[in-house]
Formats: sequence, structure tokens, C-alpha cells
Amino acid sequence: MNNSKYSDSALLLFFIIMVVAGPFLLAPFGGSYPDLLQKFAIFGIFAIGFNILFGLTGYLSFGHAVFLGVGSYGAVWMFKLLSYNVLPALVVAVVVAGFFSVVIGYISLRRSGIYFSILTLAFAQMMFNVAYSVATPITNGETGLQIYNDDPQWLQGADSPLTTNLFGLKMNEVFWRPEFLGFEAQFNVGYYFCAFFLIIAFYLALRITRSPFGMMLRAIKTNQNRLNFTGVSTRPYMLAAFVISGMYAGLAGGLWACMDPLAGAERMQWTASGEVVLMTILGGAGTMLGPVLGAGFIKYFEAIFSKINDQVLHSWFAFMPDGMENVMVAIVHPFVGKGWHLTLGLLFMMIVIFLPGGLIGGLTSLGRVLTGRGRKSKG
Amino acid sequence: MQILEVKGVNKRFGGLQALNDVNLSVSEGSVHAIIGPNGAGKSTLLNCFIGRLNPDSGSVTFDGKSLLGMKPHEINQVGVSRVFQTPEIFVDLTVLENVMIPALAHRDGAFKLNPFKRMRQETAIRAKAIDVLEDIGLEDKIDMTASSMSRGDKRRLEMAMGLVQDPKLLLLDEPTAGMSRADTNNTIDVLKHIGDSRGITMVIIEHDMHVVFSLADKISVLAQGTVIVEDVPGNIKGNPKVQEAYLGTTN
Repeated sequence: MNNSKYSDSALLLFFIIMVVAGPFLLAPFGGSYPDLLQKFAIFGIFAIGFNILFGLTGYLSFGHAVFLGVGSYGAVWMFKLLSYNVLPALVVAVVVAGFFSVVIGYISLRRSGIYFSILTLAFAQMMFNVAYSVATPITNGETGLQIYNDDPQWLQGADSPLTTNLFGLKMNEVFWRPEFLGFEAQFNVGYYFCAFFLIIAFYLALRITRSPFGMMLRAIKTNQNRLNFTGVSTRPYMLAAFVISGMYAGLAGGLWACMDPLAGAERMQWTASGEVVLMTILGGAGTMLGPVLGAGFIKYFEAIFSKINDQVLHSWFAFMPDGMENVMVAIVHPFVGKGWHLTLGLLFMMIVIFLPGGLIGGLTSLGRVLTGRGRKSKG
Repeated sequence: MQILEVKGVNKRFGGLQALNDVNLSVSEGSVHAIIGPNGAGKSTLLNCFIGRLNPDSGSVTFDGKSLLGMKPHEINQVGVSRVFQTPEIFVDLTVLENVMIPALAHRDGAFKLNPFKRMRQETAIRAKAIDVLEDIGLEDKIDMTASSMSRGDKRRLEMAMGLVQDPKLLLLDEPTAGMSRADTNNTIDVLKHIGDSRGITMVIIEHDMHVVFSLADKISVLAQGTVIVEDVPGNIKGNPKVQEAYLGTTN
């Protein structure tokens, strides 16, 4: 209980600066284009929300992509029925995800530990199948839900843009393309729209973590049984944490649909739920910055590694003699392009083994070594 | 006034009659010790008070309310706090946080959704927690992580967690088990101090006679699931029934 007032404000300020300067910061790494920047913000929100459940209470959900998926479906339905305006879409996304998380959370939280994880996993797989085949009239099955010319769009104005927008401000518009250190940085409306919500999401998560409510959640992680004997009914606390994190996922899903008005069942597959677990652990579960960092890390490597093909590899190893070059390409080939998950798996294993606190834990120890004193953790 | 009344409690585990028609009454403001040899049913009886076990028959009434069938958090909320035999604390949290949690539970009830209230503004709760920690002699360790404390300190922390709730009844399950002589004496002093300054009713389960005779106003001796004697400490030592239970038959 040290005075966290100033360090928290500093943390928030640092976060805002990093997010706002995102397009510049990522330009030298080839990451400054709208699609990737938007993914950073969207999955950052998803991971922050997931961390409220997993990081604070220790309950590992393997079904959070369900809430992201239903958020996307809800948002696209708003585009189909009302208009391309993103606000109603986001509100509906969060509400629908909240509803689903109350139902799934209420049932899954009857058990704890591994049984809770299995229940959420079962729900995720059921919901995926419902979206993929059973509820085809609502989800448009394997094609995915998209907007057609004959959709009603009752509130769509005659001269408003035919793409997702905030009162005329188009999400896909790139409004500034400056040169930065010899690389092009792209400033995009959609990214800043998502970034706005990312900052709010971060701020709310910070407040929740520092509240008496957040303290109860941390106590659940440490010793839930003791908390019951202390006079606390832990079930409603768990359900509240589950629903809050589900609504974060719904917001992320809604924003994803706002950036690209599509929703597909693959968004709720269990691998997608697993990805957010990886993001949170990779960055550092239970820390404030960790989940966002983990989300950025995975999305960046997904974008970079999956684009490397044999041609690129040959150009990398062109300096070698021909035989060597082919051998090197053959060795590296399985780890890039479609096989980038192999690289991710290796990175994940190395981080879990060598940096148990995730990237944030690693950075904190590095900072401690460099400054030669016991510095406080950043998150 | 009797704050806790146990009447005709029976509990059977398979072929073992663990509790056999146990009657007990604890008067408000007193320190009541329950002693007895190993296997006498002390822990079973305690578990019947706190909702871990349901007796087969009989009643447990606290402050006019039946405790039977209540959930653990409900029993705590009516004013019964418990100190466990093996320290049950929030090991990842600091000492101060460990004490603030029960204080919050006491003030806010079993559930309160206040995600945007700042912990650092809970100055009253913080002051109360520090006050109790001072009473119990842990005030210089408030920022320590609970897991890094010594075993004796963990047990004292648990007592602080119980006390901060201003319980009407504090149940202590072998508060000095596994402690060194010095730690035991220290704990006795702490409990005496609490009893005198706060006037909390306490039920202590213990088999260390030294502790029991230093603290208790009244002692119930439990043997083979039955209360064989209930009396003031001065009359217990010389009682032939007690000697028989502890040392075997004397003739």
C-alpha cells in the first residue's frame, strides 16, 4: 500500500504517449499501416479485459473469444439494420457480449480451477458451432456476416459515406503520411478511434485494479477459501469480473467490425481464445502494461513472419554460396509464412521458461540490473 | 447472557460417534476453552460452529440465530470470526492488505461492487487495520508480503484479521500449536491484552494446558465426543474425571 497516486498517473501518461505516437514508433519496424495498428489497439483492449479476469483472480477462461465474436456479430447487425455509423454498433457489441458473459459466467463459475477452464472451453466450442452452422440465419454460417446492398439500413442518410464512419468521419481514411526516419508513417482515423477506447480501457482497468473490488479479486487468486471465511461471498465477485472482461472482449469485437464490417465464426474458435491467453502470459499476467505489450508482440510477429516467403528468404541468404543458401532457406522455411505459429510457440516457450513474469517481468529485471537498484515494477 | 449455545449436538462418521450429545454455553465477554485429548472431537465441534460440517442432530445458536445450514460467509457476517489452526492468509498480499480485506468485508458486507472507488481513499479502513496490527505487535511489518513472514507472525496476522472485524465471537483453533515456548507466551499475552481491552468473547480450542489455564474463564473438557466437565480453571486440574481422560484410569 505505498502511495501509488503518482506512479499510476505517470503510468497512464506514459501509456497515452505511446499509444498516440504509435504510428511514428512503429514506422521504423515496418508496422505503421492502418490494419496492423488497429489490430494492436483492438487486441490490446481484448487482453486488458482478459487480464482483469485471469491476472487478478487467476481464473483461466478458454472461451473469451466467444464474447469478441458475438460483439462483432452485434456490430455488423447494426450496420445492416441502421447505418454505417459506428456508435450504435459499439453499444450493441458491448451489451450483447455482456449478456452472453452473464450466462456463460454464471454456469462456468460453479466450478473453479481446471474445471472452470474446461467449461469455458466447452462453451467456446459450442458457440463456434452455433455460429458456424446452427444459427446460419443470424451469422450467415461459414461465409460470415457481411453487408449487402439490399440490407435495410433504415437510418443511413442519402449522402453519408458507404463505409463505417463516425458521423461522416471515415474509419479507413489515412489523414497524414509523414516520412519518419526514412519510413512512411500512416495516421489513420480508425486507429485513433480504437486508440481512444484503448486508453479508456486501460484507465478503467487501472482503476479496477486499485479499488477495493480489485483487492477482493486478488484475494480470490491467493486464497478463495479463506476469503469465504472472512465474510465475503466470492461468487458474485467472480461473476462481476467475468462479465467486465467479457464486455471488454465485446468492445474489441465491435471495434474490429467497425474497422472492417465483417464477422466470421472463426473469430470465436478456441484457438482465438487461446491466443488471448498467450498474449496475457507473454506480456505478463497481472501487470498493467503486460497484456497490451503481449497483444502487440503477437500481432506484430503474426504480420511480419507470416509475410516472409521463400523469395524473401533467398534474398536474405543471397550472400552465401548457392548450396548453403538453399540449406539455410530450407531450415528457416518452416518457421515463417504459414508456419509462423512454430516461431510463436518457440518464443512463448522461451519466455515462459526464462522470463516467468512475461515481457514486463523481464524488462523490470533488466531495468533493475541497469540502474543497479531495486526499482518498483512498472505495472 | 449466553452468546453461543450448543444443545444436544450429535455427529457420526460411519461407525464413529464423533460428537455425542454435546452441550455447551458461552457467556458474552468470556474466554471459554475447549480442551481434550487427541481425537476427543474438538475440531469436529468447531467445524459445526462455522458451517463446515452439519451435525446429525442438535442445535447451535449464536446471538439468537441458528448457525446450522448457514454458508461460511454468512456465519462470518453475523459476527463469528475464526482463526485457523494452520495459518490461512493471503500469502501474495501485504500484511496491511491482509488485514484490510476482512475490515472491508465487515463494513461492506458479503458483496459490494465498487470498482471505481480508490483503495488509497479507504483511510478509515487503513487506520483501523494499522490500529489492530499495533495491538498485536506487527506494526513494523505492514508492507511485508505475508508469505515471507515467520510462522509465529503468520498466526498473529491471522488473529489481527479476525480482530479487525470486531467480532462478537472469535474462534481460535489451537492458536499456539507448533509454537516455541517464547512465541506461546507472547501469544498468551496478546490474547490477554485483547480480551481485556476489547472485551471480545473467545472460544479457544487447545491442548496446551499452560495456555488454557492462563487465559480461560471457563473450561469444557471433551473426551470421546462428550463434554465430561464444564467448570472454572481452578476446579479442573483436580477433577478425577479429567485426570482419567488425560492419563487413563488412576486405580
